[in-house]
Amino acid sequence: MKVAITSIGNTLESRLDPRFARCSFFVIYDTDSKSVEFIPNPNKDLEDGAGPAAVQLVAGREVKKIVAGEFGVKIKSLLDSLKIQMIVYDSEKTIQEVIDMLNS
Amino acid sequence: MNKCSLSLQRTFAHNNMSPRNKRLRKVINPPCIKGLKPFGSNRGEENHASVSLLIEEYEAMRLCDYEMYNHNEGSHIMGVSRPTFTRIYASARQKIARALVEGSQINIDGGKIYFDSDWYHCKQCSCYFNNPDKEIKAEACPLCKSTDVHGIGHKEAGMRGFSHHRVNICICPSCGFELEHKYGHPCGLQVCPECNTRMTWKKIQGSREIH
Repeated sequence: MKVAITSIGNTLESRLDPRFARCSFFVIYDTDSKSVEFIPNPNKDLEDGAGPAAVQLVAGREVKKIVAGEFGVKIKSLLDSLKIQMIVYDSEKTIQEVIDMLNS
Repeated sequence: MNKCSLSLQRTFAHNNMSPRNKRLRKVINPPCIKGLKPFGSNRGEENHASVSLLIEEYEAMRLCDYEMYNHNEGSHIMGVSRPTFTRIYASARQKIARALVEGSQINIDGGKIYFDSDWYHCKQCSCYFNNPDKEIKAEACPLCKSTDVHGIGHKEAGMRGFSHHRVNICICPSCGFELEHKYGHPCGLQVCPECNTRMTWKKIQGSREIH
Protein backbone atom coordinates (compact mmCIF):
# COMPACT_ATOMS: atom_id res chain seq x y z
CA MET A 1 0.00 0.00 0.00
CA LYS A 2 1.43 3.33 -1.00
CA VAL A 3 1.70 6.30 1.32
CA ALA A 4 2.56 9.85 0.28
CA ILE A 5 4.56 12.00 2.67
CA THR A 6 5.37 15.68 2.15
CA SER A 7 8.98 16.65 2.60
CA ILE A 8 11.12 19.78 2.54
CA GLY A 9 14.13 17.96 1.09
CA ASN A 10 14.96 14.86 -0.87
CA THR A 11 16.72 12.84 1.83
CA LEU A 12 15.37 10.60 4.54
CA GLU A 13 16.58 13.02 7.19
CA SER A 14 14.46 15.86 5.80
CA ARG A 15 11.58 17.06 7.84
CA LEU A 16 7.92 16.83 7.00
CA ASP A 17 6.73 19.76 4.90
CA PRO A 18 3.89 21.37 6.80
CA ARG A 19 1.74 22.12 3.76
CA PHE A 20 0.53 19.46 1.37
CA ALA A 21 -0.24 21.29 -1.85
CA ARG A 22 2.83 23.54 -1.90
CA CYS A 23 5.40 21.17 -0.42
CA SER A 24 8.89 20.91 -1.88
CA PHE A 25 8.95 17.15 -2.39
CA PHE A 26 6.56 14.26 -2.30
CA VAL A 27 7.82 10.99 -0.88
CA ILE A 28 6.01 7.89 -2.13
CA TYR A 29 6.64 5.03 0.26
CA ASP A 30 5.45 1.53 -0.54
CA THR A 31 4.81 -0.46 2.64
CA ASP A 32 4.93 -3.78 0.81
CA SER A 33 8.12 -3.39 -1.14
CA LYS A 34 9.64 -0.83 1.29
CA SER A 35 10.66 1.33 -1.65
CA VAL A 36 11.07 5.07 -1.25
CA GLU A 37 10.66 7.52 -4.11
CA PHE A 38 11.27 11.27 -3.97
CA ILE A 39 9.36 13.45 -6.41
CA PRO A 40 9.86 17.22 -6.63
CA ASN A 41 6.61 19.11 -6.61
CA PRO A 42 5.98 20.88 -9.92
CA ASN A 43 3.00 22.83 -8.58
CA LYS A 44 4.82 24.44 -5.71
CA ASP A 45 4.51 28.02 -6.94
CA LEU A 46 1.13 27.84 -8.58
CA GLU A 47 -1.00 30.79 -7.64
CA ASP A 48 -4.26 28.93 -7.51
CA GLY A 49 -5.31 25.34 -7.71
CA ALA A 50 -2.14 23.86 -6.29
CA GLY A 51 -4.23 21.61 -4.06
CA PRO A 52 -6.22 19.83 -6.76
CA ALA A 53 -3.07 19.53 -8.89
CA ALA A 54 -1.21 17.89 -6.01
CA VAL A 55 -4.12 15.53 -5.44
CA GLN A 56 -3.96 14.52 -9.10
CA LEU A 57 -0.26 13.80 -8.77
CA VAL A 58 -0.61 11.49 -5.79
CA ALA A 59 -3.78 9.87 -7.04
CA GLY A 60 -1.95 9.00 -10.25
CA ARG A 61 0.52 7.04 -8.13
CA GLU A 62 -2.32 5.10 -6.45
CA VAL A 63 -1.60 6.40 -3.01
CA LYS A 64 -4.00 5.43 -0.23
CA LYS A 65 -2.76 7.66 2.61
CA ILE A 66 -1.15 11.09 2.81
CA VAL A 67 0.91 12.40 5.73
CA ALA A 68 1.37 16.17 5.93
CA GLY A 69 1.31 18.96 8.46
CA GLU A 70 -1.75 20.68 7.11
CA PHE A 71 -4.32 20.29 4.37
CA GLY A 72 -6.01 23.13 2.57
CA VAL A 73 -9.69 23.83 2.34
CA LYS A 74 -10.04 22.94 -1.31
CA ILE A 75 -8.88 19.36 -1.12
CA LYS A 76 -10.62 17.77 1.86
CA SER A 77 -13.76 16.86 -0.02
CA LEU A 78 -11.75 15.84 -3.08
CA LEU A 79 -9.67 13.38 -1.08
CA ASP A 80 -12.81 12.12 0.62
CA SER A 81 -14.45 11.22 -2.65
CA LEU A 82 -11.25 9.48 -3.75
CA LYS A 83 -11.18 7.58 -0.44
CA ILE A 84 -7.62 8.65 0.36
CA GLN A 85 -6.93 8.95 4.07
CA MET A 86 -5.47 12.22 5.39
CA ILE A 87 -3.06 12.15 8.31
CA VAL A 88 -1.98 15.38 9.99
CA TYR A 89 1.32 14.98 11.79
CA ASP A 90 3.91 17.05 13.62
CA SER A 91 6.14 18.76 11.09
CA GLU A 92 9.23 18.45 13.29
CA LYS A 93 9.48 14.77 12.41
CA THR A 94 11.78 13.40 9.73
CA ILE A 95 10.82 11.18 6.83
CA GLN A 96 12.78 8.31 8.35
CA GLU A 97 10.76 8.56 11.57
CA VAL A 98 7.49 8.49 9.67
CA ILE A 99 8.59 5.47 7.67
CA ASP A 100 9.64 3.65 10.86
CA MET A 101 6.24 4.28 12.36
CA LEU A 102 4.49 3.01 9.28
CA ASN A 103 6.55 -0.15 9.43
CA SER A 104 5.75 -0.94 13.06
CA MET B 1 -46.66 47.65 -27.90
CA ASN B 2 -49.61 48.08 -25.52
CA LYS B 3 -49.26 47.59 -21.79
CA CYS B 4 -51.07 44.24 -21.72
CA SER B 5 -48.63 42.32 -23.89
CA LEU B 6 -45.64 43.95 -22.19
CA SER B 7 -46.65 42.62 -18.78
CA LEU B 8 -47.22 39.16 -20.27
CA GLN B 9 -43.72 39.23 -21.66
CA ARG B 10 -42.33 40.17 -18.29
CA THR B 11 -44.05 37.34 -16.45
CA PHE B 12 -42.84 34.91 -19.08
CA ALA B 13 -39.26 36.09 -18.60
CA HIS B 14 -39.67 35.84 -14.83
CA ASN B 15 -40.88 32.23 -15.04
CA ASN B 16 -37.76 31.24 -16.93
CA MET B 17 -35.47 32.24 -14.06
CA SER B 18 -34.43 29.49 -11.64
CA PRO B 19 -34.75 30.04 -7.88
CA ARG B 20 -31.72 31.33 -5.99
CA ASN B 21 -28.78 28.90 -6.01
CA LYS B 22 -28.56 26.65 -3.00
CA ARG B 23 -25.42 26.49 -0.93
CA LEU B 24 -24.02 22.96 -0.68
CA ARG B 25 -24.97 21.34 2.61
CA LYS B 26 -22.32 19.30 4.39
CA VAL B 27 -23.20 15.74 5.37
CA ILE B 28 -20.78 13.69 7.46
CA ASN B 29 -21.89 10.21 6.46
CA PRO B 30 -24.47 9.03 3.95
CA PRO B 31 -27.46 7.22 5.50
CA CYS B 32 -26.99 3.51 5.99
CA ILE B 33 -30.40 2.70 4.48
CA LYS B 34 -32.02 3.76 1.24
CA GLY B 35 -35.38 4.22 2.96
CA LEU B 36 -38.05 2.69 5.12
CA LYS B 37 -41.05 0.61 4.14
CA PRO B 38 -44.26 0.43 6.16
CA PHE B 39 -45.87 -2.89 7.08
CA GLY B 40 -49.30 -3.98 8.36
CA SER B 41 -51.16 -1.38 6.34
CA ASN B 42 -54.96 -1.12 6.68
CA ARG B 43 -55.24 -0.92 2.94
CA GLY B 44 -53.45 -4.21 2.44
CA GLU B 45 -50.23 -4.91 0.62
CA GLU B 46 -50.91 -2.63 -2.32
CA ASN B 47 -48.26 -0.26 -3.61
CA HIS B 48 -47.44 2.37 -1.05
CA ALA B 49 -47.11 5.95 -2.15
CA SER B 50 -43.64 7.22 -1.42
CA VAL B 51 -42.23 10.31 0.21
CA SER B 52 -38.83 11.54 -0.91
CA LEU B 53 -36.56 12.61 1.96
CA LEU B 54 -33.48 14.58 0.89
CA ILE B 55 -30.11 13.58 2.31
CA GLU B 56 -29.68 16.98 3.96
CA GLU B 57 -33.08 16.50 5.63
CA TYR B 58 -31.94 13.12 6.91
CA GLU B 59 -28.78 14.78 8.22
CA ALA B 60 -30.78 17.54 9.94
CA MET B 61 -32.89 14.91 11.69
CA ARG B 62 -29.78 13.00 12.66
CA LEU B 63 -28.08 16.06 14.14
CA CYS B 64 -31.07 17.43 16.04
CA ASP B 65 -33.04 14.39 17.12
CA TYR B 66 -30.35 11.77 17.33
CA GLU B 67 -27.18 13.61 18.33
CA MET B 68 -29.24 16.23 20.20
CA TYR B 69 -27.48 19.32 18.86
CA ASN B 70 -29.50 22.50 18.85
CA HIS B 71 -30.26 24.34 15.62
CA ASN B 72 -27.42 26.78 16.07
CA GLU B 73 -24.80 24.05 16.39
CA GLY B 74 -26.43 21.97 13.69
CA SER B 75 -26.30 24.85 11.24
CA HIS B 76 -22.58 25.31 11.92
CA ILE B 77 -21.94 21.62 11.36
CA MET B 78 -23.89 21.60 8.13
CA GLY B 79 -22.36 24.84 6.92
CA VAL B 80 -25.59 26.74 6.38
CA SER B 81 -27.30 29.58 8.19
CA ARG B 82 -29.49 28.90 11.20
CA PRO B 83 -32.79 29.81 9.47
CA THR B 84 -31.89 27.57 6.54
CA PHE B 85 -31.14 24.72 8.89
CA THR B 86 -34.48 25.23 10.64
CA ARG B 87 -36.27 25.15 7.28
CA ILE B 88 -34.52 21.93 6.29
CA TYR B 89 -35.38 20.36 9.65
CA ALA B 90 -39.01 21.50 9.43
CA SER B 91 -39.32 20.06 5.94
CA ALA B 92 -37.86 16.76 7.18
CA ARG B 93 -40.35 16.60 10.05
CA GLN B 94 -43.29 17.34 7.75
CA LYS B 95 -42.30 14.65 5.29
CA ILE B 96 -41.82 12.04 7.99
CA ALA B 97 -45.14 12.97 9.58
CA ARG B 98 -46.85 12.65 6.23
CA ALA B 99 -45.30 9.24 5.68
CA LEU B 100 -46.47 8.15 9.13
CA VAL B 101 -50.03 9.36 8.73
CA GLU B 102 -50.58 8.28 5.14
CA GLY B 103 -48.67 5.03 5.46
CA SER B 104 -46.19 5.91 2.72
CA GLN B 105 -42.76 4.56 2.06
CA ILE B 106 -39.81 6.86 2.79
CA ASN B 107 -37.05 7.10 0.16
CA ILE B 108 -33.84 8.85 1.14
CA ASP B 109 -32.25 10.25 -1.95
CA GLY B 110 -31.03 13.45 -3.55
CA GLY B 111 -30.28 16.93 -2.29
CA LYS B 112 -27.57 19.57 -2.68
CA ILE B 113 -24.87 18.04 -0.53
CA TYR B 114 -21.23 17.15 -0.24
CA PHE B 115 -19.73 14.54 2.03
CA ASP B 116 -17.01 15.18 4.55
CA SER B 117 -15.76 12.54 6.92
CA ASP B 118 -15.06 12.59 10.65
CA TRP B 119 -11.65 13.30 12.13
CA TYR B 120 -9.91 11.33 14.88
CA HIS B 121 -7.00 12.10 17.19
CA CYS B 122 -4.38 9.61 18.32
CA LYS B 123 -3.15 10.24 21.86
CA GLN B 124 -0.03 8.14 21.40
CA CYS B 125 1.66 9.95 18.54
CA SER B 126 -0.50 13.07 18.60
CA CYS B 127 -1.59 12.88 14.99
CA TYR B 128 -4.95 13.65 13.46
CA PHE B 129 -6.46 11.50 10.77
CA ASN B 130 -9.72 11.08 8.97
CA ASN B 131 -11.69 8.08 7.96
CA PRO B 132 -12.72 8.23 4.32
CA ASP B 133 -13.95 4.64 4.23
CA LYS B 134 -17.12 5.24 6.16
CA GLU B 135 -18.14 1.60 6.31
CA ILE B 136 -15.32 0.65 8.67
CA LYS B 137 -15.07 2.55 11.95
CA ALA B 138 -11.57 3.86 12.64
CA GLU B 139 -10.06 1.77 15.44
CA ALA B 140 -6.31 2.23 15.22
CA CYS B 141 -3.96 5.03 14.36
CA PRO B 142 -2.58 4.58 10.86
CA LEU B 143 0.89 5.76 11.91
CA CYS B 144 1.68 4.23 15.28
CA LYS B 145 -1.03 1.56 15.26
CA SER B 146 -2.10 2.35 18.81
CA THR B 147 -5.76 2.01 19.72
CA ASP B 148 -5.68 5.10 21.91
CA VAL B 149 -7.76 7.09 19.44
CA HIS B 150 -10.79 9.21 19.99
CA GLY B 151 -13.07 10.98 17.58
CA ILE B 152 -13.09 14.73 17.62
CA GLY B 153 -16.62 15.90 17.43
CA HIS B 154 -17.27 19.27 15.91
CA LYS B 155 -17.86 20.66 19.39
CA GLU B 156 -14.25 20.00 20.35
CA ALA B 157 -12.72 20.82 17.00
CA GLY B 158 -14.24 24.28 17.12
CA MET B 159 -17.07 25.94 15.32
CA ARG B 160 -15.01 26.40 12.20
CA GLY B 161 -14.72 22.67 11.84
CA PHE B 162 -11.31 21.13 12.16
CA SER B 163 -9.04 24.13 12.74
CA HIS B 164 -5.51 23.08 13.39
CA HIS B 165 -3.90 26.43 13.98
CA ARG B 166 -0.30 27.36 13.88
CA VAL B 167 1.12 30.86 13.66
CA ASN B 168 1.16 31.43 9.90
CA ILE B 169 2.45 34.64 8.43
CA CYS B 170 2.39 36.12 4.95
CA ILE B 171 5.51 38.16 4.24
CA CYS B 172 6.31 40.64 1.50
CA PRO B 173 9.48 39.57 -0.32
CA SER B 174 10.65 43.11 -1.05
CA CYS B 175 9.98 45.20 2.07
CA GLY B 176 9.46 42.51 4.73
CA PHE B 177 5.98 43.64 5.77
CA GLU B 178 4.20 40.89 7.66
CA LEU B 179 0.54 40.03 7.81
CA GLU B 180 -1.25 37.25 9.63
CA HIS B 181 -2.13 34.49 7.21
CA LYS B 182 -5.80 33.80 6.72
CA TYR B 183 -6.65 30.13 6.36
CA GLY B 184 -8.02 29.37 2.91
CA HIS B 185 -6.62 32.52 1.32
CA PRO B 186 -3.26 31.87 -0.37
CA CYS B 187 -0.42 34.25 0.56
CA GLY B 188 0.36 34.62 -3.12
CA LEU B 189 -2.95 36.37 -3.68
CA GLN B 190 -2.40 38.96 -0.96
CA VAL B 191 -0.85 42.30 -1.92
CA CYS B 192 1.52 44.17 0.39
CA PRO B 193 -0.07 47.47 1.50
CA GLU B 194 3.33 49.20 1.71
CA CYS B 195 4.90 48.47 -1.65
CA ASN B 196 2.16 46.70 -3.64
CA THR B 197 4.12 43.51 -4.33
CA ARG B 198 2.58 40.07 -4.12
CA MET B 199 3.18 38.45 -0.74
CA THR B 200 4.47 35.00 0.02
CA TRP B 201 4.29 32.48 2.86
CA LYS B 202 6.87 32.90 5.59
CA LYS B 203 8.46 29.59 6.55
CA ILE B 204 8.14 29.45 10.29
CA GLN B 205 8.58 26.77 12.94
CA GLY B 206 5.18 27.57 14.35
CA SER B 207 3.72 26.70 17.70
CA ARG B 208 0.72 24.43 17.48
CA GLU B 209 -2.50 25.50 19.10
CA ILE B 210 -5.75 23.70 18.77
CA HIS B 211 -8.74 25.98 19.03
